Amino acid sequence: MYQDVIIAGFGGQGVMLIGNVLAYAAMEQGLNVTYMPVYGVEMRGGTANCTVVISDEEIGSPIIYHPKTLIIMNQPSLEKFQPRLVEKGLLIVNSSIVDESLVDKEKYYALAIPVNKIADELGDIRMANMVALGVWVGATKAVELDMVMKSMEKHMSSLKKQVVENNKKALLEGYKIGSGE
Amino acid sequence: MDKNRERMLVKGNEAIAIGALDAGVECYFAYPITPQSDIPEYLSRELVKLGGEFVQAESELASINMVLGAAACGKRAMTSSSSPGISLKQEGISYMAGSELPAVIVNITRGGPGLGGIQPSQGDYFQATRGGGHGDYRTMVLAPSTCQECYDLTIEAFDLAFKYRNPVLILGDAILGQMKEPITRWKQRTIDPNEANEWKLTGKKGREQRILKSLFLGDGEMEEHNMKLWKKYKSMEQDLKWEEFSVEDAEVVAVAFGSIGRIAKSSARKLREMGYKVGVFRPITLFPFPYEPLRKLAMSGKRFITIENNTGQMVEDVKLALCGVTDTEFFANMPGKVSTPEDFIEPIKKMF
Repeated sequence: MYQDVIIAGFGGQGVMLIGNVLAYAAMEQGLNVTYMPVYGVEMRGGTANCTVVISDEEIGSPIIYHPKTLIIMNQPSLEKFQPRLVEKGLLIVNSSIVDESLVDKEKYYALAIPVNKIADELGDIRMANMVALGVWVGATKAVELDMVMKSMEKHMSSLKKQVVENNKKALLEGYKIGSGE
Repeated sequence: MDKNRERMLVKGNEAIAIGALDAGVECYFAYPITPQSDIPEYLSRELVKLGGEFVQAESELASINMVLGAAACGKRAMTSSSSPGISLKQEGISYMAGSELPAVIVNITRGGPGLGGIQPSQGDYFQATRGGGHGDYRTMVLAPSTCQECYDLTIEAFDLAFKYRNPVLILGDAILGQMKEPITRWKQRTIDPNEANEWKLTGKKGREQRILKSLFLGDGEMEEHNMKLWKKYKSMEQDLKWEEFSVEDAEVVAVAFGSIGRIAKSSARKLREMGYKVGVFRPITLFPFPYEPLRKLAMSGKRFITIENNTGQMVEDVKLALCGVTDTEFFANMPGKVSTPEDFIEPIKKMF
């Protein structure tokens, strides 16, 4: 089993958080995993991305040029990473703020999901990242949803219980979409 | 790996700090610098809880001399920094080598020369493996490539430092320091108060005077001292470490260390899927360098390509290893460029 993903968006959209949540879930499931944040001089409002590699074998490179899957949270990230996705790769796009017409639906397995809108309807637009992660987990089944839920609880342990519950709902909502339910 | 033990997801930097704690580090002195500041951050919290000493010094020079002082008292002492900061510490490292004092020094490198930048680079290979400061000395150099190795080799570094009474350097880079990976802790923190009883400074009451120094003015004294050090450096070869990945049937072997070593493994896997028989030889001790194991591989007729995130430093050691048997190609990934497995595929393929 091998899976990798680049998660990219604006600083502040929580792309690093969902990368961490995913990596931790994979570890708890007994898999090997690497999490690599972009490394550079970053600022709020700039672009941020991270790479997560999951495998049941030893992982070589934690850095991937041609990822098998992408979670794209904003327009600049689509422009930067879409051309690097492997053919037929999974392309999850935040269609609330990304121009869908620029998504190459012929070449990739594209899921254009308005994750901002979905999160907003669930009570908080800031949960858009969790919706997107849910879509990815649903579509790839690379890690168990249950593990991701537990991992999220751990990463959000300092937050109010209600916030965590709402994020779980967001994750689940995304998961349903990703699995085609 | 023991699956029953709990795994933790940590950065390479944190894995080094955790390894130091479990190795029984008692003193940590350093000055912060990107991309290794997670080490002092972690130890400022955790080492103090365990009763250790943590000092954020006023400068790199001050911190390495604090390490020297603590080492002279037989303490397990450590410092960490990144390239320009390590340059500033060289005077102290040379004095420690001269005075035969053990310590662990971590260099999570960044690009250079000068202040360079904070992107990955392996530009400090020469500095690390050729002593670094003035004088004819060497430090042992360990180059981890995974977060687990960051933990394991830090523990080992302390043991080796005391075994040889010599500074041991851990050479990582920004990729390794910043990436997260699961690690398993396998060592319980213990401190052996007697490990330096033979030589540490405790006050001479009731015993012969001990002097730890690097100044030798007497007739023949320095010659004798250098001879002793030289023999010591030679003896370090008993602790050579390296990894061979898919080399057995390989026609071409990529030689790479640290994070580049692991990235090269991915390139080798991809090339094997395309039908090219490629393996990876990854030196783990950079000093002493695994000359003989590499030479042995060369004897079986394999071809070599050295890959580094610099313009060619380790390649000189590879050439020394292969000398008289074969030669190595070289592929340079410039310091500041983050390497991907794809970068190495074409240069390796060209060798078929």
